[in-house]
Amino acid sequence: MSGLRVQNLSHSYGAKQALKDVGFEIERGRFCALLGPNGAGKSTLYAILTGLLLPNNGTIEIADTLLHETPLRALAKMGIVFQQTTLDLDLSVRQNLRYFAALHGFAGKAADIRIDAALDRLGMLERAGEKVRALNGGHKRRTEIARALLHEPEVLLLDEPTVGLDSQTRIAITEHVHRLCTEVGLTVLWATHLTDEVRPTDELILLHKGEILERGIAAQICGALPLAEVFMRKVGQPI
Amino acid sequence: MRTFGIALLAIITRETLRYVGQRERFLAALVRPLVWLLVFAAGFRAALGLSIIPPYQTYITYETYIVPGLCGMILLFNGMQTSLSLVYDREMGSMKVLLTAPLPRGWLLFCKLVASTLISTLQAYTFLAIAWLFEIRLDLWGYIAVFPALCISGLMLGALGLAISSQVKQLENFAGVMNFVIFPMFFLSSALYPLWKMAEAGEVLFWICTINPFTHAVELIRFALYLEINLAALGWTSLSLGVFLALALYGYDPARGITRDGK
Repeated sequence: MSGLRVQNLSHSYGAKQALKDVGFEIERGRFCALLGPNGAGKSTLYAILTGLLLPNNGTIEIADTLLHETPLRALAKMGIVFQQTTLDLDLSVRQNLRYFAALHGFAGKAADIRIDAALDRLGMLERAGEKVRALNGGHKRRTEIARALLHEPEVLLLDEPTVGLDSQTRIAITEHVHRLCTEVGLTVLWATHLTDEVRPTDELILLHKGEILERGIAAQICGALPLAEVFMRKVGQPI
Repeated sequence: MRTFGIALLAIITRETLRYVGQRERFLAALVRPLVWLLVFAAGFRAALGLSIIPPYQTYITYETYIVPGLCGMILLFNGMQTSLSLVYDREMGSMKVLLTAPLPRGWLLFCKLVASTLISTLQAYTFLAIAWLFEIRLDLWGYIAVFPALCISGLMLGALGLAISSQVKQLENFAGVMNFVIFPMFFLSSALYPLWKMAEAGEVLFWICTINPFTHAVELIRFALYLEINLAALGWTSLSLGVFLALALYGYDPARGITRDGK
């Protein structure tokens, strides 16, 4: 079954083509890494996948729901972690999550139960009352991931979620999201330019200058070579 | 429908929590009209002679005349403040969280508008209470009758702010909004002087004041404070609200992108 399907996606800003005929499919419960340098078109792809930008061409299916036909139903199936922090710094962790839960139709006790469970999963429950401003980068990211999972989405989209974090926090967050794929069947699209976040068994898409250069299982694409080197050979520049 | 209500409440709660956390914003919003009322009005009173014009039944002091205009000033500045906070939200990314919620975009923006209007209205009432302490008093029913007028005017000016925020792509460009929107709207209106005074100054100025939606918002408030409905002002303010809302919806259309570079 398909978790996320993208077909013939193209978009340009004026004369500048940001995405050229991008197409891929991720099965349910799979972790797919989207690897590309800055300017590859990752952010444009995420803006389109999340309905913030309408593409010139192409279709997107989120867990069998067409984004352009029923955008609200598709958005309800989607959890999103944006590249930059999107939390209200002056509100507490719980206040931030309550706000988000309400935007997805959960209030009162039902929301609190979900919030407690999501924070607990990410080891953030004891910080629920703290102002976001007081949290470090890793804890902010965990809060955002907890928030993105509050409404139990079928597809999780993360745009460079580990940028600026120390390696220990990066490993912990990457592992947690991988676990969600196997445990609850979450479909994940994880944009990154850090090759060590990709596991050999992950799906992998190499994006460069708005085009898909390669896609498949990471181990099959890389063979015996490290991913960074494969990228270097394909693109002609280091990631 | 329940989910729509939950979202509305959540957005109002969030805006209120943020507002409570910014006490200086509340004070600034109050100090500005109070300076006009207590300082400028004293000087202007000597320079301006006011005739009896509707809705006033008798000669009034200049301070009494400008109270509705200063209520409008609070709504105007707050509308632009909302606009500023939307641009800030977009720069900070929290606008993306709002716009990717599974609810119609029009409803989400309308919730934002309602939340900011409620805060503006609360500020206007605080100002009226302080004016009352300074002996500028109105009929008690006037304070109640002005509520819908403040709400409609607040919605209209908030919608203008929303429309502007969809066009201002960077926080730094916001000073331009002050110069080109707030000041002309405020000074080319009936907030500080009756329009017949403006007619004496020139036909063109009078004409601009007459079509300025802010003039009509102020007149709507003024008449409501004296338990009268100014239908022309109500119509013009409502029409402006519709136009600004449509512009805001157009501005936040996903086909145009919501952030810098369309990303």
